[in-house]
Amino acid sequence: MGVGVVSVLAAAAFSSTVGAAGLDPGSVARALIDALPGVSLDSGLSVVQTSILFEIRLPRVVLGAIVGAVLALAGASYQGVFRNALADPYLLGVAAGSGLGATVAIGVSGEPALLAPFAFVGGMAAVGITYALGRSVGGRSATSLILAGVAVSAFATAIQTYLIQRNSDTLREVYAWILGRLVTVGWRDVLQLLPYAVIASAVMFGSRRLLDVLSIGDDEAGALGVDVGRVRAVVVIAATLATAAAVSVSGLIGFVGIIVPHTVRLLFGWSYRVIVPLSILFGSSFLMLADVAARSLVAPAELPIGVLTAFFGAPFFLLVLRTMRGPT
Amino acid sequence: MIVWEDVEVSYDGRSVLGPVTVGVADGEWLALIGPNGAGKTTLIKTAVGVVAFGGKVSFGGRQMRMGLDVAWMPQRPHLPEEMGVADYVMLGRTPHLGFLAAETKHDVETVYLALEKLDLLEFARRPLGTLSGGEAQRAVLARALAQEAPVLLLDEPTASLDIGHAVEVLDVVDQLRREEGLTVVTAAHDLTLAGRYADRLLLLSGGRVVADGGPGDVLTESHLKAHYGAGIRVIDDHDGPIVVPMRYKGT
Repeated sequence: MGVGVVSVLAAAAFSSTVGAAGLDPGSVARALIDALPGVSLDSGLSVVQTSILFEIRLPRVVLGAIVGAVLALAGASYQGVFRNALADPYLLGVAAGSGLGATVAIGVSGEPALLAPFAFVGGMAAVGITYALGRSVGGRSATSLILAGVAVSAFATAIQTYLIQRNSDTLREVYAWILGRLVTVGWRDVLQLLPYAVIASAVMFGSRRLLDVLSIGDDEAGALGVDVGRVRAVVVIAATLATAAAVSVSGLIGFVGIIVPHTVRLLFGWSYRVIVPLSILFGSSFLMLADVAARSLVAPAELPIGVLTAFFGAPFFLLVLRTMRGPT
Repeated sequence: MIVWEDVEVSYDGRSVLGPVTVGVADGEWLALIGPNGAGKTTLIKTAVGVVAFGGKVSFGGRQMRMGLDVAWMPQRPHLPEEMGVADYVMLGRTPHLGFLAAETKHDVETVYLALEKLDLLEFARRPLGTLSGGEAQRAVLARALAQEAPVLLLDEPTASLDIGHAVEVLDVVDQLRREEGLTVVTAAHDLTLAGRYADRLLLLSGGRVVADGGPGDVLTESHLKAHYGAGIRVIDDHDGPIVVPMRYKGT
């Protein structure tokens, strides 16, 4: 657990000091200490630099930390309740639904400010339909729910593609969102996302032991007095709400939800009592670091962060997989 | 006392069990026997709420409390490979923990007591995936025991075991039953073993009870021939009936 906390602090410190404005790391550290209540310290930063730090860079770092934590946590939750190693935060149609919402917001209304709310509503609607369809076809079976998610995703993506084809001028903006980005307008996005992240973390933290029980199967967990359907519903709703909120501000950042929980599992064991808290911590640090790379590799331009998480995450994941599963 | 009252199960409108009415006294060992598809497993499953059924299953005259009144050992338990034996047995404590409750010292003690009784202490930290069939079977039994439920429902507890390990596991169950006053219900394929250990046998066939009584009353050639098919001989031994298959000779 200590390793996780240290990694978050290190990643946060590192990513606060790197950026286009070229702020001196020592000054950033002094400015941050100065901002603590009851401490006064001259950071040597100008007023403009201080405002860049607090109004542009820090919100972005914090947003990255929260989005990373949410995606990794949601991935771990889905993998637990569906007992499916391939489950990711977008499994039940959040991504496709949000994508459709975003496309409608930009392509049809032409109003970029509507993107986030539309994406959120689209994502939640898609998961709602997935849940209703899954229940109507297969009762409480996890497989029918996953298959319903596949169908809903395909359907929403089809409509989205059609809309983009019809409004090709908006394609670029929607495309940029689909690839994921952490460009923010100050603290507003952070504050929008925070409540969902807190609720999801609390629910998952409370359910982490039950996720271990679910690993012996629905029937046996049920015979131990666990209301499997209710646990699954509560966890899925919490994880989905948080994912939809994250996606609506950051776009589709792939791989975090698969790679982080699996890496944690391979390194620290099977129990969700470990996987849940460590996924939150490592998801945070992973995305903060990915964002540093996104804004510095081709500076002053930026790379889409979703491209970087996949580019660096996938080989790293394979490396961990090889090391752990190799001959012992 | 656990009581099944007019319990019926059907799949897609086809009746697979019942109506069955049977009660098992406290401390009694009841073995469910019968050919494949007779309804043994289904009858056990009704008591743990994993199949939908008509009728009533009660314990001590009141509604069953899931996880607290009966502990279930399924025929094919799901064993997560990487999970350690002690952690797995700890899952048996789930019914005693609240939604957020952490495990107490008592829970840990109960788990280690169960491990000790099943001779699994040296395996406590071993992953389930590394156990042999017999060891895994004992781990599942330890988990059921850790539930501290007064009734054990064991669905073919010796199915994957050689005769030596089978006897070992059944001896442990019998000893626990005596020490803790547990009620035991097993579904069994090995009729001779069932007759050696159970006080009472219930012969099911086509979802109905066709014989109910002590080993000597139920394990008769006429009963077994009628429901398992011909080719079975029952030899009387002073310890109870021995059931042996007869080989058909080609004509």
